[in-house]
Amino acid sequence: MFWKKTAAASAVAMMSATLPQIALAQEVGLDERINQAIAPISNVIAGTMFYSVPIAGTAFPLIVGWLVVAATIFTLYFGFVQFRRFGHAIALVKGDYSHPEDAGEVSHFQALATALSGTVGLGNIAGVAVAVSIGGPGATFWMILAGLLGMASKFTECTLGVKYRNEYEDGRVSGGPMYYLSKGLAEKGKPGLGKVLAVVFSICCIGGAVGGGNMFQANQAFQQVVNVTGGENSFLAGSGWLFGLVMAIIVGVVIIGGIKSIAKVTEKIVPIMAVIYVTAGMIIILSNITMVGDAFAQIFVGAFTGAGVAGGVIGALIQGFKRAAFSNEAGIGSAAIAHAAVRTKEPVTEGYVALLEPFIDTVVICTMTALVITISGELNSGLTGVELTSAAFASAFTWFPLILALAVVLFAFSTMLSWSYYGLKSWTYLVGEGKGKEIIFKLFFCLCVIVGASMSLGPVIDFSDSMIFAMAIPNIIGLYFLMPVVRGEVKQYWAKIESGEIKKVK
Amino acid sequence: MTDQPILVGYDGTDAAQRAVEFAGKRATAEGCAIHLVYVLEWSPYSFLSTQELEERHQRRTEELSRAEETLKPALDALNKLKIPVTSEVRYGHSGELICKIAEDKGACQIIVGRKGGSTLSARLLGSLPLTLVQASPVPVTVVP
Repeated sequence: MFWKKTAAASAVAMMSATLPQIALAQEVGLDERINQAIAPISNVIAGTMFYSVPIAGTAFPLIVGWLVVAATIFTLYFGFVQFRRFGHAIALVKGDYSHPEDAGEVSHFQALATALSGTVGLGNIAGVAVAVSIGGPGATFWMILAGLLGMASKFTECTLGVKYRNEYEDGRVSGGPMYYLSKGLAEKGKPGLGKVLAVVFSICCIGGAVGGGNMFQANQAFQQVVNVTGGENSFLAGSGWLFGLVMAIIVGVVIIGGIKSIAKVTEKIVPIMAVIYVTAGMIIILSNITMVGDAFAQIFVGAFTGAGVAGGVIGALIQGFKRAAFSNEAGIGSAAIAHAAVRTKEPVTEGYVALLEPFIDTVVICTMTALVITISGELNSGLTGVELTSAAFASAFTWFPLILALAVVLFAFSTMLSWSYYGLKSWTYLVGEGKGKEIIFKLFFCLCVIVGASMSLGPVIDFSDSMIFAMAIPNIIGLYFLMPVVRGEVKQYWAKIESGEIKKVK
Repeated sequence: MTDQPILVGYDGTDAAQRAVEFAGKRATAEGCAIHLVYVLEWSPYSFLSTQELEERHQRRTEELSRAEETLKPALDALNKLKIPVTSEVRYGHSGELICKIAEDKGACQIIVGRKGGSTLSARLLGSLPLTLVQASPVPVTVVP
């Protein structure tokens, strides 16, 4: 869902291109001061987080390797769980194993849908465009591969999220990496390490929530709105603070005011937007069905020859891996927070359901975007990011950029709501629960929406992006320690299925 | 005396109250039992926010106890008439569930009230009485 440094850089470039000079002159004071204050710290953190080693002449960020290696290890350790249990995952989502007595509780489908609404977004629309514009069509192949591997990471973290969640007396549940890191590692005789990892994770998660899950989203949504309302001549150009204020008020009304109706409306529209997006993509692909074979040929040939791509095969591979990791968040730990609320006696069932998430997000939606871009022939137009996707879809439907702008704003909004919750959970894990403490975080979160929309805070965005990926460090260390626990869960679950203790109800 | 109960859809509204009164008379006349069904509309495929996910179990417990309380006056009233009465609260699609329970319980008929609205939405989307009339496995009485 985040399209990272290139995106941040292009956002800054776009900003300076679209904003009238007068507006820039007015804002430059505060902007610059904040930038100057934060840049030294953020540069160090971003530099460390995205520390890259040159591979075949291309900089390879180690953090991407960290995520892909982990995904590969989980895939092997669980014996290709993402392929063997794919059918079972579908059966669980359909409710084939849900007892009618449990109706009214959170279903597998609902947990999956909510977690998906947090990840499907800019990454699927813009991130893919960045990947194929830099890495060529071949990047798509590596993106799909990374998405398939990432399914095993999601499986591992979401199983643990349910297993080690807290269930309070009043019936509420809280789960996520901070709980499985502290409780799980304590069981393994490492309470100290667990506590440290949990605290580090929580701090990074708050940073990620405020940054990538908030400021970055607000910033990109505003850019897209300015673009469709006339670019430089837009009546909104230069009024980012106004857009941010409106957005912040709406977010505040939902998360502080507890007005469910707005959240409800968004959560109804977001899936519809996703369906419209996928349908439009499918129509374009089907009406050019003769070109699909050629597009796939380009994807495969590009993946192994790297023709015309800076860095060749490795260049395509890096782009593909990067965008997949950035889009589906497998190994980051965020999804485990949302998935923990499902009502199930068997944690592993939620793991199976969660492995569908990278599949839908990366293997289906991202691949579709890549195909449309490849088929449209816009790849050599010199565009990138949202603009490339927008142009590719516009080649078939001229009105599509407008829909896309609406989708970007709504995806940004739903992503903000999801991350406000992830951040809040980490915040309360650190400072304890309580109305006052929660309000402080929520107010701060709303303030960041305005800041994110009105300023071109490159360093701040870099900083918060690195925080999101920093979450993967404590999370995956913990996952390595806790893999055997998940394997134990898998064993006892299938024993129950074989003995008939757990059986289909439909 | 028949062991096939009359199934009554109940949700505490005036319309449901009228249905219970009518069902009481029928049950006394035919000497059969009454089974009250309170359906809380629910779809496992609806979308919930993360906050709602967290609170779902708590809310469900509250909703169930509220439904039981709503049922109580109706149960008391029927008990006073010496009619054997049972009840259940369920989550799901009201039309589908009532039909299914009617089959499971071997009910002789279904009695529901109607709100009396003829609004556009009721016409377009249908209402519980209409659904039951279309889909019920046993006779349906709609009490105005």
